[in-house]
Amino acid sequence: MSTLVIMLVCLPFATALVTWVAPVRFSQYLTMIVATATFSVALILLPRTSHEIVTAGSPLRVDALSQVFLLVVTFLYMTTSIFAKGYLSLGEGAKAHRYGRRFYAGFNLFCWTLIVVPLVNGLALLWVAIEITTVISALLVAIDDTEGASEAAWKYVLLASLGLGIALFGTIMMYYAGTRLHGASYSLSYTTLLSGAAHYDPKVVRFAFGLAVLGYGTKMGLFPVHTWLPDAHSEAPTPVSALLSGALLAVSFYAILRFFQIAVLSLGPSFPRSVLLIFGVATLLLAALYLLSQRDMKRLLAYSSVEHMGILAIGMSFSATIAVVGVLLQVLAHAAAKSTAFFGVGSVVRKFGTKDMTKIRGGVGALPWSGPMLVLAVLALSAMPPFGIFRSEFDIVYGGLSQPRDVIVAIFVVLVIVAFFGLSWFTTETMLSEDPSASLFSGGVIVVNKGEVSNWIVASMIVGLVALLILGVHPPTPLVHLLDRAAAELRGSR
Amino acid sequence: MVPSTYDGVAAVLAVLALLTEFAMLRAPMLRSQVRLYAFQSLVVTGLAAYVAASRHIDELYVLAALSLVLKVVIVPALILRLLRDADTDLAGSSVLGVASAILIALVVAAFGFFAVGSMHVNSSSLPTSSLAIACAIVLVAFVLIILRSDVVSQAIGFFSLENGVSVASLVVASGLPLIVDIAFLFDLLVAVVVFGVIMRVHHARNATLSTSDFDRLRG
Repeated sequence: MSTLVIMLVCLPFATALVTWVAPVRFSQYLTMIVATATFSVALILLPRTSHEIVTAGSPLRVDALSQVFLLVVTFLYMTTSIFAKGYLSLGEGAKAHRYGRRFYAGFNLFCWTLIVVPLVNGLALLWVAIEITTVISALLVAIDDTEGASEAAWKYVLLASLGLGIALFGTIMMYYAGTRLHGASYSLSYTTLLSGAAHYDPKVVRFAFGLAVLGYGTKMGLFPVHTWLPDAHSEAPTPVSALLSGALLAVSFYAILRFFQIAVLSLGPSFPRSVLLIFGVATLLLAALYLLSQRDMKRLLAYSSVEHMGILAIGMSFSATIAVVGVLLQVLAHAAAKSTAFFGVGSVVRKFGTKDMTKIRGGVGALPWSGPMLVLAVLALSAMPPFGIFRSEFDIVYGGLSQPRDVIVAIFVVLVIVAFFGLSWFTTETMLSEDPSASLFSGGVIVVNKGEVSNWIVASMIVGLVALLILGVHPPTPLVHLLDRAAAELRGSR
Repeated sequence: MVPSTYDGVAAVLAVLALLTEFAMLRAPMLRSQVRLYAFQSLVVTGLAAYVAASRHIDELYVLAALSLVLKVVIVPALILRLLRDADTDLAGSSVLGVASAILIALVVAAFGFFAVGSMHVNSSSLPTSSLAIACAIVLVAFVLIILRSDVVSQAIGFFSLENGVSVASLVVASGLPLIVDIAFLFDLLVAVVVFGVIMRVHHARNATLSTSDFDRLRG
């Protein structure tokens, strides 16, 4: 089993090196094969990690919580590599070749860092891995070399680095909290921290937890430090947007959960939960309102990510186990739904040549497969049954009501409905309204022929929707065990 | 309780780093800002060497040497080269006048100092006053980043924030495993390279280092 874990670390990195020198066409297929292999390895690990901890030397450790995020990242690695094959229309010539090489090396390296984050054992290595995700994804955001891309990349790299500076401060304070018990020199591994957390100085742990939520919250997109997120998501190439939204935000949430796990053992549950509740409600409120005023399709999806991060934070503030299970399921389902939606938007953007929703009409007619699937993905994002997010949000609301925290649940439901309204209004307007003359902005509508952009895009979207259906209708038993175990880990059992 | 020599020296070095942060805030020229950053890094390196000597942690000498090479020499040299190539608007751009900026920074630094102080983290072996000063450095770095609107000052602000975190890590977490410290430093170097790449792209595109035209993406 530990060989498999080492494989997970080595394969994508080696692929990144190969794609840096290999011809682009070869890189495209190689990336798809490696990504599928990585996801398969994660699936093979699943039955084991749902009842025990798999380690590979002292730096690598996979428990149920890591496994949930590992599934998210490897699944997106696979689907995004299929989508990228269809999305990137690389022409001939040296310039296109250079772009393709850079893109694939960066893409594989980015996925490698995302995979490493849940695998490493310890808060220090976790910080290092997340910092590397920042620098590589900042380069990928800037790769299109447009004015918008360099502005977005600068905002992203500066804000995310500042956030990580704060998170590093938090990590050091957590180390300091443990020095009284473990002596002046010890490793920050989870095993050590979780075994001793109950005896740490609560004042220091409280400070460290606050810093960590603020710091990693910057990368996760929590209010008020989310401001880089819509810019980076809208200006990056669409495959990168999908990874940022589904995987990068998720692994940042994972970092917060690790601190949460320690803080719960040290402080008891009420303080960490209140912190997440405040951030969560503010984030959800902001996102729901901003969703009502977007014109750019990718920004719309970006604010929907902010909304979902708010939901995750609120879900963690409920004490019922089912709410925590719901949060973890939501991480999985959101990744599948959001990436599928981004793939659909990628198809629309390639077809119409714009992200401006006032200029796009009749998307379903123009794109016979990816158009309807985009609508389905957006409905899935808005928590429509039978998709996965319906089940996860239902769990969260149910957990909140059983506590009972009726007021919070009521606010939660209202804001989710506002977000649903914003998200579905604009999508149905662009995708379903057939007749351009019926639109208020009919002057600027772009007229296109019927036909798909690429079958690869359609394939990647089918995979995403099938996963969402499985999560929503009947999650496989090993996955259910895994989520239960991960929720138990978060509640303080080891 | 009378502070020990170790406490005293650590606090003096930390205060020196904080004062350098204030000097950066008032330095009008980008070049002098980079030099001040190099000086601040030197102070932090000195603190690392002092902690290594007085607490007999030999690993920290390696860290001090690495940080001397990276933060005092390589990073400032890279930024100065970028400035030489850019050859435009060498005077930094502050949103506020020097006096108001310093006043705001004073208030913020005092807030950080007393907020950490009020946690009453007492420890016989660790100089907790230096921790409060480190917190003040981090906050003043934020003021610097917020008030300046050019990419060099903002990047320097981030690097000096990292110096502030280093001070904190040296005084309260000096036993942190060396490999972790090296990973942190390596990360900083990677970050510098990426900052440099994006600064260059920005300069090549707009022929300026100012961030004032970063206003296209909003809402």
